[in-house]
Amino acid sequence: MDMVAGKVKMTQQSVNSAMNPTDMLERPIRLTAKDVTVHYGQKQALHGISIQIPDRAVTSFIGPSGCGKSTFLRCINRMNDTIEGAKVGGTIKLDGEDIYDPALDVVELRARIGMVFQKPNPFPKSIYENVAYGPKIHGLARSKTDLDEIVVSSLRKAGLFEEVKDRLNEPGTGLSGGQQQRLCIARAIAVGPEVILMDEPCSALDPIATAIIEELIDELRENYTIVIVTHSMQQAARVSQKTAFFHLGNLIEEGVTEDIFTNPVSKQTQDYIMGRIG
Amino acid sequence: MTDTLSNTHSASLERTKLIRAGLRRRHMSEAIFRGLGLAAIILALGFVALLFTDVFRKGIPAFTQSNLHLAVTFDPTVIDVGPAPARADFTSEAEYNAASLKWQRDVALLNWNTIIEQSMRAAAPAGYEIDTRALLTIPETDARHRVRAMFVENPALLGQTVDVDVLASANATNWIKGNINRDLSDAQQQLSPQARTLIDTFEANGTVSNGFAWSIFTNVDSRAAPASAGLLGAFVGTLWMMLIVVILAVPIGVAAAVYLEEFAPKSRLTDFIEVNINNLAAVPSIVFGLLGAAAFINYMHLPISAPIVGGLVLTLMTLPTIIIATRGALLGVSPALRQAALGMGASKTQMVFHHVLPVTFPSILTATILGVAHALGETAPLLLIGMKAFVASVPTTPFDQATALPVQIYLWQGNENRNFFEPRTAAAIMVLLAVMILLNGVAIYLRSRLEKRA
Repeated sequence: MDMVAGKVKMTQQSVNSAMNPTDMLERPIRLTAKDVTVHYGQKQALHGISIQIPDRAVTSFIGPSGCGKSTFLRCINRMNDTIEGAKVGGTIKLDGEDIYDPALDVVELRARIGMVFQKPNPFPKSIYENVAYGPKIHGLARSKTDLDEIVVSSLRKAGLFEEVKDRLNEPGTGLSGGQQQRLCIARAIAVGPEVILMDEPCSALDPIATAIIEELIDELRENYTIVIVTHSMQQAARVSQKTAFFHLGNLIEEGVTEDIFTNPVSKQTQDYIMGRIG
Repeated sequence: MTDTLSNTHSASLERTKLIRAGLRRRHMSEAIFRGLGLAAIILALGFVALLFTDVFRKGIPAFTQSNLHLAVTFDPTVIDVGPAPARADFTSEAEYNAASLKWQRDVALLNWNTIIEQSMRAAAPAGYEIDTRALLTIPETDARHRVRAMFVENPALLGQTVDVDVLASANATNWIKGNINRDLSDAQQQLSPQARTLIDTFEANGTVSNGFAWSIFTNVDSRAAPASAGLLGAFVGTLWMMLIVVILAVPIGVAAAVYLEEFAPKSRLTDFIEVNINNLAAVPSIVFGLLGAAAFINYMHLPISAPIVGGLVLTLMTLPTIIIATRGALLGVSPALRQAALGMGASKTQMVFHHVLPVTFPSILTATILGVAHALGETAPLLLIGMKAFVASVPTTPFDQATALPVQIYLWQGNENRNFFEPRTAAAIMVLLAVMILLNGVAIYLRSRLEKRA
């Protein structure tokens, strides 16, 4: 326990010092959203969101409940397609390619843009099977040895391997909440995505498990473009380099995380950060 | 109003009083409701207990049956057919076959009852007076076939005396077990006075004894020899139908449910189909029987009274149950699992077959077994497709004539020899119940096992 607590402290010190704001602005752009709208039946959930997501950095979406941040996140890998009556307008481009192009296969898109959900949702299969599933369906492993290697390295990258190496054949659902969430991250990493979307990945976890995941996100940022939706402003401040504030389906303000938290332009952002709304 | 909410001591006393007055009524209504629930359970269990005790009380005695232990002499003066022809004595196969057939015909035409009569008289006290007709009412009428079959199998028995157990007739069994009132007058008795006395003598000297009624499990139905009537034919008929139902209803039902729940666009048409499937589950089973007679027998010319038609009809009956249960199970799968699969880039089909179906498998399996068990107990539709015909053979294919367990119960229940067939009907019900309980047990076992594993 003490060791974990120590880790947490270290993490909080190390985060954000890693990249200064000017670096951030020079990052190449990975994802570009333009005038994205979402309707659920008659109700409009998003009113023209335009934002650019930088490569190999963490971008966080913050805002009060029902502000549309999760809805927008789910547009990025077209998970909204699975919701009955949801209609998405505008364009989202990944490396200049429109992801809503009818010619684009959503299966391929979701292999390139992985997702981690709010509640840890490992498959009711073994730990090994959980991680191996993605590479298997996408045909990424040429042999069993290949697959073993992918599973082990994904679990390592998710910081879970040491904890589970002796019980890879036990069900993933038997792990603790934090471990399950890291398993879900390992599962997402295993297909080698370019972007990882995280929808409030720590909201169901205790503070220690949260700290471990936050540290993991900070490590993953070296190789992946990460977009995280969070309720916790502290978390956004700790893990992200860019922050976007959503309110009532609108993108109110976006920018370098430090700027948003220390020097918000909009009155609404100010109110939210001060705890007056939300 | 402000008075009642004021916080003075007297006001709170007043409030407590009010609450207390209401409390009694509240507790009372709870007690009444509990009492009613308990009474309902006791009543329901009472009826089940009544059913089981009645069936068991009547059925258990039917599992024992009276046997006659006879010393049968294959008397050469009665069996004067000469030795069975041997292949070596003939030059051609055709000649041998002809001689062989003639010998078998001669054997069949002998009066084998004479042999039975002789052995019965040998067992009776010396000089006991009873006419042949009365004497032969004691063994079951199939005794002569058994002895003849022994001889055909082994012609060397000629001239030898062998101990043979034959079944006592249904009437003799009734007399021995006391299923018939012994004080009734001769005119009301099925057996003559001499025969009754002889049975009692046989019982005293050990020629008659009761043993387990294997014939219930090893024999087919019989009218000429009711004591030898068994369930084997009906049981095998039921197995064939069960096989057909499982092979057809499960894949079709599960596939239909998966398509409707996971793939079909939500439209008026799918709503209409859904309503119809739900209604189909409530269609009286006899209507399915009519449909089977019209569609499978009249139109498709499948054989009457065959398990294939019965199986198809029961498949139609079971389909809605399986579809509804499977859809319910699919609906219950957590959206988190679906999102997890889709988020990994699984296609919809992969999501369904890799994740959703495996999770719902225990529920689908249980529903299927219960649906099949329910179908097995169905009688009405089978009556309409001719499965209530008297069939005295074991169906070797689903296209052979056959009957089914519940129909056999129905047939036995209507048999004229009430004293003998009432217990035997109860015994058949016990066998059917045992099959049902076994299937339900398997369902419960598989469910708990699979759910533990998941």
